Amino acid sequence: MSDDIYREIILDHYRNPRNKGKLPEADVSIHDSNPLCGDEIDMHLKVDGDKIKDIKFEGRGCAISQASASMLTEMVMGKPLTSIKDLSKDDILENIGLTSLGPARIKCALLSLKVLKMGMVRYYADRDPESAKKLHEDSKGL
Amino acid sequence: MQKQGSLNVERIREDFPILKRKLAGGKPLVYLDNAATTQKPLAVINAIHDYYMNYNSNIHRAVHQLAEEATLAFEKTREKVAKFINARSTEEIIFTRNATEAINLVAYSWGRANVQKDDRIIISEMEHHSNIVPWQILCNEKGARLEYIGVDDDGYLKMQEYRNYLNSGNAKLVSVTHMSNVLGTVVPVNEIIKMAHEKGIPVLIDGAQSVPHMKVDVQNMDCDFMAFSAHKMLGPTGVGILYVKKDILEKMPPFIGGGDMIKEVHKYETRYNDLPFRFEGGTPNIADVIGFTAALDYLDNIGMDKVREHEIELTRYAIDRIETVKGVTLYGPRKMEDRGGVVSFNIGDIHPHDLATIMNDRGVAIRSGHHCAQVLMERLDVAATSRASFYIYNTKDEVDTFIGALDEARRLFKI
Repeated sequence: MSDDIYREIILDHYRNPRNKGKLPEADVSIHDSNPLCGDEIDMHLKVDGDKIKDIKFEGRGCAISQASASMLTEMVMGKPLTSIKDLSKDDILENIGLTSLGPARIKCALLSLKVLKMGMVRYYADRDPESAKKLHEDSKGL
Repeated sequence: MQKQGSLNVERIREDFPILKRKLAGGKPLVYLDNAATTQKPLAVINAIHDYYMNYNSNIHRAVHQLAEEATLAFEKTREKVAKFINARSTEEIIFTRNATEAINLVAYSWGRANVQKDDRIIISEMEHHSNIVPWQILCNEKGARLEYIGVDDDGYLKMQEYRNYLNSGNAKLVSVTHMSNVLGTVVPVNEIIKMAHEKGIPVLIDGAQSVPHMKVDVQNMDCDFMAFSAHKMLGPTGVGILYVKKDILEKMPPFIGGGDMIKEVHKYETRYNDLPFRFEGGTPNIADVIGFTAALDYLDNIGMDKVREHEIELTRYAIDRIETVKGVTLYGPRKMEDRGGVVSFNIGDIHPHDLATIMNDRGVAIRSGHHCAQVLMERLDVAATSRASFYIYNTKDEVDTFIGALDEARRLFKI
């Protein structure tokens, strides 16, 4: 039920998104959209060694997609970049507390993770094409 | 449920089995997404069933009894369509998959033969993607230019801009919607066509949102092409209609080559079939075309003037009520005579997809998104809108349920 979806925490992240904005010194920036809803997400990553030193997102769309992106940036900040490949659909849904989303809205919740995984692959594609290929394979199935 | 205006809605609803179903949680269905597709009366469902049960056959070729019956039923629909929009003859009615394919047929056949480098094709900012993308493809191929008639803040076309495009020379075709699927604006097509014809320029009218909802007379309007879809007027999906004036159609090269559109095929040449079959290559959607007859009969029995009257009444009621809801922005003309049964809006900072989810939990089916009109969304400077759209079976009670759900959304989002 939507009463469970639009809880305080979702509305809070929707209206006061964390880590939102540009990141001029980003090592990699990536964009994708959800043609069904028109949700748009840009992810910007600053990487130090193998760690995510900074992450920012830009975007527009529904509360679920924007809150999910905001919460995802908090979740991965400071973590190893390659750890993103292990994040699953369920990790994201649990993170935002929406485990019972219907198929039409689940794409909204997962768009930011999809973009982040694309960013991770892109980062390594420029530096280590072999491992990028492997990461690409490993991070499929979203 | 009371009798509403000129329509006996309660009786009409009896004819639509789907309106009796319950959604998750036992909620009754409040279907307000009619601009996307309408529900089907039992007569349409039965007609399709009857064809498959009793006379399923390919048409036009075989001489056995089933083929004769199927051909007869298929061509009967063509006669009904011609009569419904007052075409001169059935030769002017071509069946396609949908309105989109009908417009593409014109772009690929007439467009490729007639549009040259530096020509202009005039459309508007309120077009559906189906009346934008085919022209972009053609213009890119030919080096022609696509010009957009602007939309003013009240949702009307800027007629002075249109006049300027017509006067600027090189205008080759005008292609505009009769009714916006987002704003509901009913476009002054008679005036638009008259102005274009004074310059010798043909006009295509996208009738996908008008033919289902009001009396449309192609001879009176004098359009050269018109496209619309069966599924938006009680008919099955997979059936579109293209009307083309016969003298134009006679000169158009074929679109899809293959069976049924030919008279004789030899190794290196083909003699094409007569109109309209020349433009219907391959086995068509026989069952659904036949089903469409029942939809046209249904609307004929009600009368299109009454359909329009009912929708104006319902739209006026919906707008009066929605205007009282805090935080709502409404789009489109305020004069009821200038708009159809489509209400687009936004409320506070609630994204339309979130609103549609909240509505859905209360059994209310509305549309949210860009409505295949992203050019218009850019013009309105919004990412998306929510849209409620009405048809003959909708009631004021349903509008009340919709308004109630809107209040619930406000409460959830603390607006």
